[in-house]
Amino acid sequence: MKLVAVSAGLSTPSSTRLLADRLAESVRDDLGTQGHEVEVEVIELRELALAVANNLVTGFPASQLASAIDTVTGADGLIAVTPVFTASYSGLFKSFFDLIDPAALTGKPVLVAATGGTARHSLVLEHALRPLFAYLRAAVVPTAVYAASEDWGAGGDEYTDGLPARIRRAGAELAVLMAARPPAEAEAPEDEVTALERQLSDLRFD
Amino acid sequence: MTATWKSLDFGNQYLFTSKEAYMQFGVFSVGDATPDPTNGRTPSERERIKAMIAIALKAEEVGLDVFATGEHHNPPFVPSSPTTMLGYIAARTEKLILSTATTLITTNDPVKIAEDYGMLQHVADGRVDLMMGRGNTGPVYPWFGQDIRQGVNLARENYALLRRLWREDVVDWEGKFRTPLQGFTSTPRPLDGVPPFVWHGSIRSPEIAEQAAFYGDGFFHNNIFWPADHTRRMVQLYRRRYAFHGHGRAEDAIVGLGGQVFMRKNSQDAVREFRPYFDNAPVYGHGPSLEEFTEQTPLTVGSPQQVIERTLSFRETVGDYQRQLFLMDHAGLSLKTVLEQLDILGEEVVPVLRKEFAVGRPADVPDAPTHESLRAAREGAVA
Repeated sequence: MKLVAVSAGLSTPSSTRLLADRLAESVRDDLGTQGHEVEVEVIELRELALAVANNLVTGFPASQLASAIDTVTGADGLIAVTPVFTASYSGLFKSFFDLIDPAALTGKPVLVAATGGTARHSLVLEHALRPLFAYLRAAVVPTAVYAASEDWGAGGDEYTDGLPARIRRAGAELAVLMAARPPAEAEAPEDEVTALERQLSDLRFD
Repeated sequence: MTATWKSLDFGNQYLFTSKEAYMQFGVFSVGDATPDPTNGRTPSERERIKAMIAIALKAEEVGLDVFATGEHHNPPFVPSSPTTMLGYIAARTEKLILSTATTLITTNDPVKIAEDYGMLQHVADGRVDLMMGRGNTGPVYPWFGQDIRQGVNLARENYALLRRLWREDVVDWEGKFRTPLQGFTSTPRPLDGVPPFVWHGSIRSPEIAEQAAFYGDGFFHNNIFWPADHTRRMVQLYRRRYAFHGHGRAEDAIVGLGGQVFMRKNSQDAVREFRPYFDNAPVYGHGPSLEEFTEQTPLTVGSPQQVIERTLSFRETVGDYQRQLFLMDHAGLSLKTVLEQLDILGEEVVPVLRKEFAVGRPADVPDAPTHESLRAAREGAVA
């Protein structure tokens, strides 16, 4: 199985990447105990920042970006992690998903997560990320994981699980969806023409 | 219908030139009045319109086959009325084929297209074809009483009507998007009973490749803004569907490509001179570098030899094809520069392309369609 994590963190090292890695590990462990072999690939949007901007201007992706998009759309499960910028996902995060065909993530199991300096922004997952992936008709798991700076050095309290427990819960939810889903079909270039033809099947010219 | 068969029909003169008539070469103009980034000067509408005409006349002078004008209904574009411009160019030229890139099949009334281009066909003695396009400027649709969400349906219905108007003397018609017609005759009737050849232009819509294939019309890929692999897939789809719809083999489909070049004797000079125009170009400027864009798309900036080699490589992408148009006048390039480019294109590039494209081209790949070839085919079919 192919698990892809998209990280929009900008610093190196980045807590956004750290969260993406922890989530991916959790999903892999969970699927591993069920006997599924999971291949994890992490896409760092920082490395694609110029290509993303160029695509916005030219209308087509340069090859490295095109293969990143193919990786995301071909994944069996997707983890999407963004830092919170100005009360929402980062512009780079949104721009990357703006470049993906709106139908390409339909039904795809997705786990959304975010990092921020303060826990006061945690609902960004519910008012920004979840609607974004709902629009894309992805299957977003119920648990979204927010990691504020303080979470990296704290356990849970009487109201909330700590970060590791939330990561495990979200990871298990994604693992269930991925295991239940038939494996994504590899799309060769030749098949893309067939795909185009499929789009035409409901068009009749008189 | 094969090239040999057609050649025989046209006597010695045609036989003499048939080797070079395989393909048509020309220019297509968007008609943007863009500031020249090197001096900030924007041409007036009058200057730009006259420049487009000068470019068309130059195209004939340097031995090119086709001039195609865009159609736009918003600034900074000047060509809103293509047949007015093409009618004038028709009077000033003798061999040039006058075409469009593109004619808006969505927002124009198909009845008016039938009449306008029927008229132009007579004025230009048949030197007319046209390329259908949908147009992607949202507000143009409501300005012409239409809805962009119906773009594909408009293209489908309007084009189906247009074909009937050119092929049936009296048309009764009812559709979704325009007033019904009862007992309507579009005048003038197509010259010699042969409707203008139609290309369908599209960058990314498989529906349009399908439409072209369904009718056995030509398919033109703009081929400027996208990597070659994308163009290959679109053309491949069109060819397969052309065969599927029973018009012949995939190799018999009629394919046209765009291209974009800037040339100087020394490639470094070409790059240096073109860079500010590239960097500020309205469509793709302020994005990737000239070098990146050249690598990723068919844009070629360099010596005539580099342009020849790159253009010849298009055949590897789409197979033997019929029409190659170049975008030469855009992004604020001065008329003087564009005319120099056309001199190089006509004198140094296209003669070599004609010879080289003919090498290894199977004899049964169709020639580029002309009024004469379509008339001959029609007479052949009737006889």
